[in-house]
Amino acid sequence: MSKLAGMFEACRAERRAALIGYLPAGYPTVPGSKELLGAMVASGCDLVEVGVPFSDPVMDGPTIQAAAEEALRAGFRLSELFGVVDSIASAGGRAVVMTYWNPVHRYGVDAFARDLASAGGLGVITPDLVPDEAEQWLEASERHGLDRIFLVAPSSTEERIASTAKASSGFLYATSVMGVTGARDVVSNAAPELVRRVREHTDLPVGVGLGVRSGAQAAELAGFADGVIVGSAFVTRAAEGGERAVRELTEELAEGVRNPVATIG
Amino acid sequence: MVGSEGGSAGLLPTSHDPDAKGHFGPWGGRFMPEALIAALDELSAAYEKARVDPEFLNEFDRLLRDYAGRPSLLTEAPRFAKHAGGARILLKREDLNHTGSHKINNVLGQALLTKRMGKRRVIAETGAGQHGVATATACALMGLDCVVYMGEVDTERQALNVARMKLLGAEVVPVKTGSRTLKDAINEALRDWVANVDDTHYLLGTAAGAHPFPMLVRDFHRVIGIEARRQVLELIGRLPDVVAACVGGGSNAIGIFHGFIDDPEVRLVGLEPGGDGVSTGRHGATLTAGSPGMLHGAYSYLLQDDDGQIAEAHSISAGLDYPGVGPEHSWLKDTGRAEYRPITDAEAMEAFSLLSRTEGIIPAIESAHALAGAIKLGKELGEEAVILVNLSGRGDKDVDTAAKYFNLAPQE
Repeated sequence: MSKLAGMFEACRAERRAALIGYLPAGYPTVPGSKELLGAMVASGCDLVEVGVPFSDPVMDGPTIQAAAEEALRAGFRLSELFGVVDSIASAGGRAVVMTYWNPVHRYGVDAFARDLASAGGLGVITPDLVPDEAEQWLEASERHGLDRIFLVAPSSTEERIASTAKASSGFLYATSVMGVTGARDVVSNAAPELVRRVREHTDLPVGVGLGVRSGAQAAELAGFADGVIVGSAFVTRAAEGGERAVRELTEELAEGVRNPVATIG
Repeated sequence: MVGSEGGSAGLLPTSHDPDAKGHFGPWGGRFMPEALIAALDELSAAYEKARVDPEFLNEFDRLLRDYAGRPSLLTEAPRFAKHAGGARILLKREDLNHTGSHKINNVLGQALLTKRMGKRRVIAETGAGQHGVATATACALMGLDCVVYMGEVDTERQALNVARMKLLGAEVVPVKTGSRTLKDAINEALRDWVANVDDTHYLLGTAAGAHPFPMLVRDFHRVIGIEARRQVLELIGRLPDVVAACVGGGSNAIGIFHGFIDDPEVRLVGLEPGGDGVSTGRHGATLTAGSPGMLHGAYSYLLQDDDGQIAEAHSISAGLDYPGVGPEHSWLKDTGRAEYRPITDAEAMEAFSLLSRTEGIIPAIESAHALAGAIKLGKELGEEAVILVNLSGRGDKDVDTAAKYFNLAPQE
């Protein structure tokens, strides 16, 4: 049973989308990331994605690349991830981890799942692991009660959307544009079409990410998605103005997801 | 030279092909973002059609013959051989191909596939610049737009090749992230690909990455081994005892190895960049000192720390400066069909100098690793042995590096 299902149900009951915020663990430091993620939860994120800094983040644009490099330069170790997750869970927040697969493979897939579950983490988002290669993770996530959040993209075929949805739990992550992470001025018009296609194959909630940075964009996405995912914009605000700036952005986005713009879907 | 005699014979399916999902034993596969899976599927489908289409095979043969200059020569190196225990040393002269290395084989094949897929833009990564130059060349020939990503460190040590690519009409983008070498150039090319996949083909230069690249690149290079086997038999009436090739990503090695893979009496030896020495930690000897993991889409041996962060490779050779390796090499290592040894920068440069002075052939520093391996193997096996060395590229691009290394440059 997915621990995230309840969250999405509650948001649906309030006729709003969930706000999902991303920040890398260890950015700018390990204690610093705990404070920032704590502030995101306290000021309106329904769920946070705790990123794992990686040396070769091929799906990320310059903002998150720079944050990952800074975290690694500051000495971030993978074992510290679980403390960051625990700090969120202990404070009553919900956390999933977003990670490239090699660090998990190196740590040991089952050991990673075990340690994440015991820290109170709810699942893992896997940007470079597709269900076709995920046999070990399917088993480990079942064993330790974690949600598996796979990605779908505008280029995904119907068959792949169906098989990816079948392998997923918690929610499905729809990348709204073809491209790397990074804030954009305009929300892609591919997003509503992708969400429409996904809904033909699954009842799972759909979170939409890549490019969101304002309350107005969040409101637009909330019109057709179950979750609005914001990453690079949080990293930028954290770099510019620390905890206060992160709170301000959270509040603006939280307002946005509560005022969905009706779209023809 | 059509069919079994031409280069296109390398495209025929064999028992050494990976499974449907691209696995060589446990290695390979697709550890890639979902956004790129459709493009990989499209490429797989296009290749499966092309490899049995006479029109494609004829066109590939024609380009290899009339444009690249194949078949490349087999040259015996008797004066060099005196320094290799007296063993017979035969050089497969990929340095004589158009653009100066084996890279042209794969590039012509993939550029043809690009046109068949109706794409008009090509992106590529390059380390030493050999693959970048070859790609820019094929794009000029076929009227395709070309963007080459190259680590900033490499644009400095291979400035001549940067100019070559620009002369050929390509855009060269210096990559300033990470270690600013080959692995980071691949990262940046992948970021471009995911944003432009509709009209863009990623022309990967080595037999690594996500399926179908390891098979595709291998097959376009199998011509090296097919020719070499025939040429060695013609010259000496028997097979060589050893086939030696340098291994960075592993494309020239996998191409020549496959000519002999079903001849169990022929030893296949890959020579990896040992940099300052494997014990110093400053090297690129992935198969010698690496551990299993996922990089750039494939499960293979790689250089990484305890947290799975990818390590920086170190080599005097920009073309071998890569912390990963093609997945089929991991499989050949595990099955024992091939063996892999490190060669230090110093050993490679000694062989570089030796071949230049004894045979009048300046090799690429990459290929000098294979030559250094041949010296060692020759000394081990003695004068009865025959060693086939893949001379994968010429050393013109390395003259600046060598001049500095041997203190030949005029003092400023």
